[in-house]
Amino acid sequence: MSTKTLFDLVSGDRARIVRIRGEGAPGLRQRLLDMGITRGTELVVERHAPLGDPVEISLKGYSLALRMNEARHIEIEEL
Amino acid sequence: MAGIAIAGNPNAGKTSLFNHLTGAAQSVGNYPGVTVERKEGVARLNGRRVSVVDLPGTYSLTAYSQEELVARNFIIEDGPDLVVDVLDASNLERHLYLAIQIMEMGAPLLLALNMVDVAKRRGLDIDHAKLSELLGVPVVPTVGSKGTGIKELLQRCIDAIDGKVSVSPRAVTYGHEVDEEVDTLAELARGVTPLAARYSPRWLAVKLLEGDPEVEKKVVELGGQAAPALLEAARKAVKAIERHCGDDCSTVIAERRYGYAAGIMKECVTLTGEAREMNTDRIDMIVCNRFLGPLILVGVVAALFFTVFKVSTEWAWVPWFGGWYAPVDWVEWFFERLAEAVAGLEPRAPILHSLISDALIAGVGGVLGFVPLIFTMFFLISALEDSGYIARVAFILDRVLQTFGLQGKSILAMIVSGGLGAGGCAVPGVLATRTLREEKDRLITMLVAPFMNCGAKLPVYAMLIAAFFPHRHTQMMLLLWAFSWVVALCAAWVLRKFVIRGEQTPFVMELPPYHVPVLRSLLLHTWDRTWMYVKKAGTIILAINVLLWALMYFPQPPDAANGNATPQAVAPPHASEAEQAADALAHSYAGRFGRALEPVTQYAGFDWRTNIALVGGFMAKEVVVGTLGTVMAMGDVDPGQSETLSQRLAGDPAWNPLKGFALMIFVMVYAPCFVCMAVIWRESGSWKWALFSTVYSTIIAFVLTVLIYQGGLVLGLGAPQGS
Repeated sequence: MSTKTLFDLVSGDRARIVRIRGEGAPGLRQRLLDMGITRGTELVVERHAPLGDPVEISLKGYSLALRMNEARHIEIEEL
Repeated sequence: MAGIAIAGNPNAGKTSLFNHLTGAAQSVGNYPGVTVERKEGVARLNGRRVSVVDLPGTYSLTAYSQEELVARNFIIEDGPDLVVDVLDASNLERHLYLAIQIMEMGAPLLLALNMVDVAKRRGLDIDHAKLSELLGVPVVPTVGSKGTGIKELLQRCIDAIDGKVSVSPRAVTYGHEVDEEVDTLAELARGVTPLAARYSPRWLAVKLLEGDPEVEKKVVELGGQAAPALLEAARKAVKAIERHCGDDCSTVIAERRYGYAAGIMKECVTLTGEAREMNTDRIDMIVCNRFLGPLILVGVVAALFFTVFKVSTEWAWVPWFGGWYAPVDWVEWFFERLAEAVAGLEPRAPILHSLISDALIAGVGGVLGFVPLIFTMFFLISALEDSGYIARVAFILDRVLQTFGLQGKSILAMIVSGGLGAGGCAVPGVLATRTLREEKDRLITMLVAPFMNCGAKLPVYAMLIAAFFPHRHTQMMLLLWAFSWVVALCAAWVLRKFVIRGEQTPFVMELPPYHVPVLRSLLLHTWDRTWMYVKKAGTIILAINVLLWALMYFPQPPDAANGNATPQAVAPPHASEAEQAADALAHSYAGRFGRALEPVTQYAGFDWRTNIALVGGFMAKEVVVGTLGTVMAMGDVDPGQSETLSQRLAGDPAWNPLKGFALMIFVMVYAPCFVCMAVIWRESGSWKWALFSTVYSTIIAFVLTVLIYQGGLVLGLGAPQGS
């Protein structure tokens, strides 16, 4: 079974961040880290945009929007 | 004068604190070589003056974005006497992450704990004395939107500058396995004098562990012979940390910073109630709703568009000499009177006369004529941005525009440029791209926004539709509107694919809580940006206007140039004034240029007369109508009343509906007017992009028009009229 990522979650799901996968645009990992996507952080999927992309999550007391392409890089465990 | 720099996350309320500190005495510019805005001002307290620089809002201080580089280079290289980091008290953990990075740099630091009122409402009780003790720097609570705590903030800043309070932050700890490596590397760096003189050794150590490319470059540059050893030691340290922690080193460091922030939070924040921002949640349930969201967005964007243009060009609400004027008309009125006043003077030298009234007064009028539009646009877009709605626009529309290499926020620039099909202007449109933080997306938006049907193209369409498609006005306008979007989106896609390549900047965007915008901030901001347009773009616009005037004025036909008499006196008696004007224009450089291009443009269906009109259209697209009238010896046709020109074209055997349609498409797509070009120049930070915009649009326009015209000919649509 492959690990779940933020990509697989639906609105209302709660999850804990496991890690950021290495591949992806240069600077993506750093940017995600800077925005607080760090191991162990809990997040809630608030909603998806009308066309299903991007996704809005809340973590560390604020809301963050990211594209589904980027969400694929965030491994999580569901709570 | 002592200097302080204000740092902080976007949405921390930095700008409103800056405005309170400096008042209206501020100036806006750009950091050298980049398009990042730089604001400066002077704060005064009890006769003391302190210069204040507002650094770009950033979440971090890495080398990945222009803003972050600018902010951190300013702190290092300009060495401000004090850095004031503005924190959103209601979102402390993430804001501390940036504060920690400034602490790493060893810069003298003071924290402004902003929005303490919001934090209190959200049930967060922050012990700021404890926070100050833990970090080793002063902490001043403020409420930027109301101006609370500003005096205390400034007083503490002055105390800090005078050395009355300690502003040396404590060393950040990252857990012992990382700390050990940081200490060893810092010790090594301390031994390399040229590096240690400039940077905090601990900061260098942390940045080397993060693999920061800019810092590595500096080490090689300044470190001399010691550089390889330092870089090698850093590589070893990275390996050791990765082996120990089982994760990538920069990830470990970011996590430890957040860990440090969380530890501080635990000690100074008490949760006294529900910590969520309920209002924002409730609004977003509606505003970002799958069905309502897009509808509300269409409504807001349409309202923005109509307000910008109604307020500045249509509603007559400025009282002046017993009449009422729309702001744009008022500016026009003023410059017309000025031109008239000059015209009333004895025309001793016709050239000087024409230079003053046609080139200089018209040029300055042209620059200022856009001011009401730009001011209103900046005001409304800043209001939307400060309220938090622009981030939602980006959220809702991102998926659609991402396909074409644009992003959600691009829509604002497109709409202001004329994307609704009811007029608009690409000058404020290009300026509206300032809401885009991603450089590539911003550039592409800037390059395609001028394809929209701006208000200046409409009179050209109206004239040509009246001439050739009198019974299909609505259908033609709809077709032209759709065509402009197709061209813009395809161009964006091609630009992204082949010209402005590379990975799209990751779209990771904060959706800030909704705020009621502060009027004072809005006005200051709007005024700054408008003034920057006048100052920066104005000079270019004026220069090009004089150049275009010269192209259409020189050389004068021989009979007019001989002797000092007015043209009427020497011209043959049968030549009317309109015919003389046509001759003069045909004789000018622009006329020669038009004739020289005829062998090429004939494939698009344009003769030399049309070419001259199109050269004129570079000044402003509606000028195509007037110039076409002049060159057809009908006098200068008012773009608003072009029936005679329409009739003339409809009856002219050299014209036909196919040519008319080709001309409309050309006018839509070809080079943006030079005012727009000047703005692209300023906003992209390079004349090359302005030139590129002009050339690539003209090439696309030409190719499209040739395809349409030749295709039409093949289909037998180009039959001469009346036969």
